[in-house]
Amino acid sequence: MSEKAKSAKEHNYESGLAVVAADKIKDPGLEPHRVRMTDKSPAHERAANRQVAALFILSAIGSVAAIVAYFAFPLTDDLGTVRANTWWLGISITLGLFGIGLGAVHWAKTLMPDAEVSEERHQTRGSDEVRARAIEIIKLADQESGFTRRKLIRRSMYTALALFPLPAIFFFGDLGPSPADSLRHTMWRKGTRLAKDPDGTPIKASDVTLGSIFHVIPAGLEDLHETKLEEKAKAAVILVRVDPADLIESEERKSWSYDGIVAYSKICTHVGCPVALYEQQTHHLLCPCHQSTFDLVDGCKVIFGPASRALPQLPIAVDSEGYLVAQSDFNEPVGPSFWER
Amino acid sequence: MSNSTTTKPKGSFLANRANYLDERVGVAGILKEFGRKVFPDHWSFMLGEVALYSFVVLLISGTFLTFFFQPAMTEVVYNGVYGPLKGAEMSIAYASTLDISFEVRGGLLMRQVHHWSALMFVAAAGLHMLRVFFTGAFRKPREINWLVGFLLFVLGMAGGFTGYSLPDDLLSGNGLRIIDGMLKGVPVVGSSISSLLFDGEFPGHAIVARLYSLHIMIVPALIILLLAVHLFMVVIHKHTHYSGPGRKDTNVVGYPLMPVYVAKAGGFFFIVFGVIMLIATTFTINPVWNYGGYDPSPVSAGTQPDWYIGWLDGALRLAPSHLEFQGLGGTWSFNILIPLLVGVLFLVVVGAYPFIEKWITGDEREHHVLDRPRNAPVRTAVGAAGVTFYAVLWAGAATDLIATHFKMSLNHVLTSIQILLLVGPVFAFWVTKRIALALQRKDREIVLHGRETGRIIRMPHGEFIEVHEPLDKYEMYKLVDFKSYQPTLARPNSEGKITVAARVRASLSKFYFQDRVTPVGQVELAAAAHHEEHAPAIEAKPETKKPAAKKAAPKAAAKKTATTKKASTKAPAKKPAAKKAAPKKK
Repeated sequence: MSEKAKSAKEHNYESGLAVVAADKIKDPGLEPHRVRMTDKSPAHERAANRQVAALFILSAIGSVAAIVAYFAFPLTDDLGTVRANTWWLGISITLGLFGIGLGAVHWAKTLMPDAEVSEERHQTRGSDEVRARAIEIIKLADQESGFTRRKLIRRSMYTALALFPLPAIFFFGDLGPSPADSLRHTMWRKGTRLAKDPDGTPIKASDVTLGSIFHVIPAGLEDLHETKLEEKAKAAVILVRVDPADLIESEERKSWSYDGIVAYSKICTHVGCPVALYEQQTHHLLCPCHQSTFDLVDGCKVIFGPASRALPQLPIAVDSEGYLVAQSDFNEPVGPSFWER
Repeated sequence: MSNSTTTKPKGSFLANRANYLDERVGVAGILKEFGRKVFPDHWSFMLGEVALYSFVVLLISGTFLTFFFQPAMTEVVYNGVYGPLKGAEMSIAYASTLDISFEVRGGLLMRQVHHWSALMFVAAAGLHMLRVFFTGAFRKPREINWLVGFLLFVLGMAGGFTGYSLPDDLLSGNGLRIIDGMLKGVPVVGSSISSLLFDGEFPGHAIVARLYSLHIMIVPALIILLLAVHLFMVVIHKHTHYSGPGRKDTNVVGYPLMPVYVAKAGGFFFIVFGVIMLIATTFTINPVWNYGGYDPSPVSAGTQPDWYIGWLDGALRLAPSHLEFQGLGGTWSFNILIPLLVGVLFLVVVGAYPFIEKWITGDEREHHVLDRPRNAPVRTAVGAAGVTFYAVLWAGAATDLIATHFKMSLNHVLTSIQILLLVGPVFAFWVTKRIALALQRKDREIVLHGRETGRIIRMPHGEFIEVHEPLDKYEMYKLVDFKSYQPTLARPNSEGKITVAARVRASLSKFYFQDRVTPVGQVELAAAAHHEEHAPAIEAKPETKKPAAKKAAPKAAAKKTATTKKASTKAPAKKPAAKKAAPKKK
């Protein structure tokens, strides 16, 4: 199938499926050079000379201006100074950079020779002599070290080399604890009050008017220090009151809501973004990251988007003082799915 | 090198310096070897340069930022100058980012230079890759360098992601939350990997410092290493050039490194730096102070990653609902695994493309003259399909913004984009291939009959014709200097078996080359010129295929079917041209 290139000048390789045409139109060779104005007119050459110098001088001015700007536009408590500082520094440095860049390119384009030259390109592979010498070296190395001959050494070396990086893998073991059970539990307990995010004031059932939405954290979250964000990342809840008649509730979940007030995990079951958008008219909850949509009145089931599972529901009740409290922790792990769940 | 521009020791100041250097580091030999190295000139060769220079700017601005940024997640109460956040609890990382922005002179400028140059780096690297792809610059001997460049592109994305997660603001924190969710979706080991990465539960107190190590050390070190390899190979291979008069696979035509390319490329670095500086001065990017520190509960609408991560985010969004199953002892989150697989598979195909094409063509020659995209219609069409696939995924990351800006239903936008993801690449392939073939035929026509001058003349017998002006030989050569490929047949191997691989290769080569257009040869050109003498502007198409067919015929008997097949597949391609010629004749 393949035809070798005939010309001695062409590199010799298999051409595969390429058709090497016998009657290819002849290469006319390099185009004649076109003379530029700066090549033939001394006036143009002098002008270009001045332009390049002017650009370089402009650059120098820009760089000096940047130093001046650094001191002339200090930062104070007034945030407006940030704008002035950034602008004057940036614009003068830009001038410093453009001056050099344009000057150099202009110089090359107008005053340096612009006749294209041709340089020979050699085959990437070494010449036959070079390759023969390379093979000879390898053979010599093999012979002198006995690499092929000494099987025992070779194989034991392979073993040693294969094993030596392995400890490194184990060294990463202490990067973090094993996940254990923490992913299954949140800080919600029986009787934990539902509190407003972020200030932590407890919410009374009577505060929750029809159609209103509360972003909820467990009371006491504020007192945590080390693990506050980790707990919040699991315990965040969305609380909404809808007309009890609208609610579609399964038998066992009838007692999880209170007078039309339902609480659902705010952490998306897709990849964990907060499901923060509530559409009051349709009672849909929408995750702004990947648009998973959950039907709040129907157990927060997925009605659109990449999520698969409904948002977990937090069973709630009201304590003696009228505050909303959790009946227990969530009955399933919150947030993105994981293998062991 | 800069102070050794002259190598002739004349006793001048420069000559003495040069002599000093040469006697210690042998600079004369280096200059002799590289000083007049020839580089071809074309605007599209600047794209890689832009990427390289953006990376240098990244290093410069990034180093400045490391002097001020503190990669710690310990909570502090903010007491800086930015009023709206005074008294807020936030991580040290976020607080120090605010300090860089508002309390370090030029700090905000440098942050913006860094971010813009990162965007520029990935964009330029991507465009450079497209240039290399569509011109076939990845062909032998440059397949390995394509792979290196591909890894650089992936590392660019990694550098970008690890970088924009560092300020620990609300937006980037949600990005990490998504990474956490994706990791957890990995079967069997997902939650362990997440726990290792975040040192326990998300968000933990470790991730910023860990990303910082990756971002300022591992990723840039790898990029620098691969850049060195990338450029070293450019020196070994010498740069490719576009086809044209005097440009061959055995030479390189252009300007010498010194002085022309030192001035042009050196100057261009300052221009790229200047453009980044100007953008950074005038356009705000990533105003983290507006977002607030990371908090797992709030999120802003329109949450999106930086643009180069968008296609992966889009893949996540486009996954259909309810793809999660229980089985084999665990949870299978296909709504996460499929997008991940699609992303990985896409990257693998991109990285492996040169090897795939090489396998199909069996071409062992070195290619230093670039293809014009139209002269490789199927490759160009495959590229267009790939670009479309990427672009649709990318648009997928903006479904919500498209819906709100154009006042459309979010659900309809998403469904349309899902459909477009499947249909778009096929359509793009078809359209691109048709356009490429049409352009090739147009080239043939111009070569054979010259270019249209727009001058209409009336013949003595009343016919109106347009005068065609023949091309000069240099212009013409640009249009005929390319190779065409013949589809192959599945042939038995030495054991007499036709392997599956051979069949696949045969059908792929048919897919690639069955309706190719061949370059105009001397015979055809002479025939057209002959025709022209009698009747200008008349097509000479019918003759065109004969030389190729004749040449193929005497070859192996097994190939006879291939030849006839080829002839038959080409017939429909010929017809429109012939038809077009007919009315002209009248």
